[in-house]
Amino acid sequence: MPEQLLFGAEVFLNGLMAGVLYALVALGFVLIYKASGIFNYAQGVMALFAALTLVGIMEGQIPFAHLINAILGTEVHHFGWHVNAFFGIIITMAVMVALAWCVQRYVFRHLVGQEPIILFMATIGLAYFMEGLGDIMWGSDIKKLDVGLPQGGSFWIEENTQWLGFGNERFYGFFLDQLDIIATGIAVVLVAALVLFSQYTKQGRAMRAVADDHQAALSVGISLNFIWVMVWSLAGFVALVAGIMWGAKSGVQFSLSLIALKALPVLMLGGFTSIPGAIVGGLIIGVGEKMFEFIVGPMVGGATENWFAYVLALVFLVFRPQGLFGEKIIERV
Amino acid sequence: MLDAGRPQETLLEVNNIEVIYNHVILVLKGVSLKVPKGGITALLGGNGAGKTTTLKAISNLLHSERGEVTKGTITYRGEGVADLSPAALVDKGVIQVMEGRHCFEHLTVEENLMTGAYTRKDGKGAVDADLEMVYNYFPRLKERRKSQAGYTSGGEQQMVAIGRAIMSRPETILLDEPSMGLAPQLVEEIFNIVKNLNEKEGATFLLAEQNTNVALRFAHYGYILESGRVVMDGPAADLRENPDVKEFYLGMSDEGRKSFRDVRSYRRRKRWLS
Repeated sequence: MPEQLLFGAEVFLNGLMAGVLYALVALGFVLIYKASGIFNYAQGVMALFAALTLVGIMEGQIPFAHLINAILGTEVHHFGWHVNAFFGIIITMAVMVALAWCVQRYVFRHLVGQEPIILFMATIGLAYFMEGLGDIMWGSDIKKLDVGLPQGGSFWIEENTQWLGFGNERFYGFFLDQLDIIATGIAVVLVAALVLFSQYTKQGRAMRAVADDHQAALSVGISLNFIWVMVWSLAGFVALVAGIMWGAKSGVQFSLSLIALKALPVLMLGGFTSIPGAIVGGLIIGVGEKMFEFIVGPMVGGATENWFAYVLALVFLVFRPQGLFGEKIIERV
Repeated sequence: MLDAGRPQETLLEVNNIEVIYNHVILVLKGVSLKVPKGGITALLGGNGAGKTTTLKAISNLLHSERGEVTKGTITYRGEGVADLSPAALVDKGVIQVMEGRHCFEHLTVEENLMTGAYTRKDGKGAVDADLEMVYNYFPRLKERRKSQAGYTSGGEQQMVAIGRAIMSRPETILLDEPSMGLAPQLVEEIFNIVKNLNEKEGATFLLAEQNTNVALRFAHYGYILESGRVVMDGPAADLRENPDVKEFYLGMSDEGRKSFRDVRSYRRRKRWLS
């Protein structure tokens, strides 16, 4: 096989893996949008906040340490213990559920029945609030997140794909990051679980009912507050998973919240209301931008990854505004 | 099962309620009514008379529309319901079928029906049995069980909405404008089903309707609302024969066609109503 093709295949696979991470963030958007019609700008920040909290708990950091020190004149930073990854994740999840409850109780409960644009503005406020909260609670330095996931290239894959080079001296096999492979596996499980949940359980059905018609859902005795807290908790969980993956890959830093922007084209491709759509959209964007960079990049001087996703989204907006899997807008005539 | 023929015990009592929307718009100015167990009670009146608001005040769906009961009381089985959430009311056996059907468009017909059983805790077997019962009352829905509710016809959507309410095993159904936007034949079909449900399942109905003619044929007792007040009430048979109801709501008149000159007297005569 020619080298170019092999290299292309490797780029393709890596694009697929990168796409999974986009998809994970997009998934959180879809969940909340479906159930409450709120476009949650804060989803990326939620991932950041979850990752910060996880690192903080695992490292035994004292929350609000800077604030406490400044007020009391003390010099405390750490509890002096370490929590293992498993319990760290469980505690962080509890924090995300509490956060979901607070968001519902103190923000959105007061905005029931308002215009979507007002709800959207509220999520922008929420995003900045959470960014600040994360900063005050855990500090703004870049942290290393190690939950025990293997990192670096997978030698097994490299060795077992070497034969594809057919004796080509310069081909050493595909290079795939183990973390990406695990992320893919987790994403698949997560999506399957979410789809099963929303299609076949009572609460899932109630969630879709709320998404369709708040008033009617209320009238049959579905508690909107409960469903919304549930959905925000689910989105918090997805954010936590995304936060762990991104954090493990490139450290926990505040630029993490910007990945939310990459999720936008993903949503336009997949459709705002489709869980599988978020995944497929993520994969298309991931693969698309890597392949585009690989094939077209050299001709235009590179750096196409920055804009490719948005241009693709624009094309979709023109020809298929509901996305690949979005629910068709039902209009009876 | 209840004896629908002789309604006696009062289930629901609305006592002189006043409802204000957005803190300023006074919609109900003192509405009182009683709904006896096992009866079909009709709430009649034109657009904006306050029928829907009355029903929503009972089912506590007003809050999400920035409405508020500012005076008066609503009791169900003698207990105040003002502080109950809509979900708690459904649990108590009061469910509302909203005006304009409000199906869950992207859910299938069957899924729509199943959402009605959301508050039930009596197990899958009982729910499945009730689903079968709903399909018996609405055979059309069984045919279309797998289609998305958004793609079904208006009549079918009304059936879904009523069927969904029945799935909660309610004692009282607040049915808002079931005839809206439906062909006369379908209206008849829906009302016959309501009558059947009342007689065979013992469901109590409070029915808001603009179609006075049909409503008075099927109901046992009627209240006529005008500008947020009850202006007249009585057994349905009496209301049907009342000359004023005939003239203002049924479009019949003993005096034949009126000329334009009589409009003033028409206005004057109508004044007693408000």
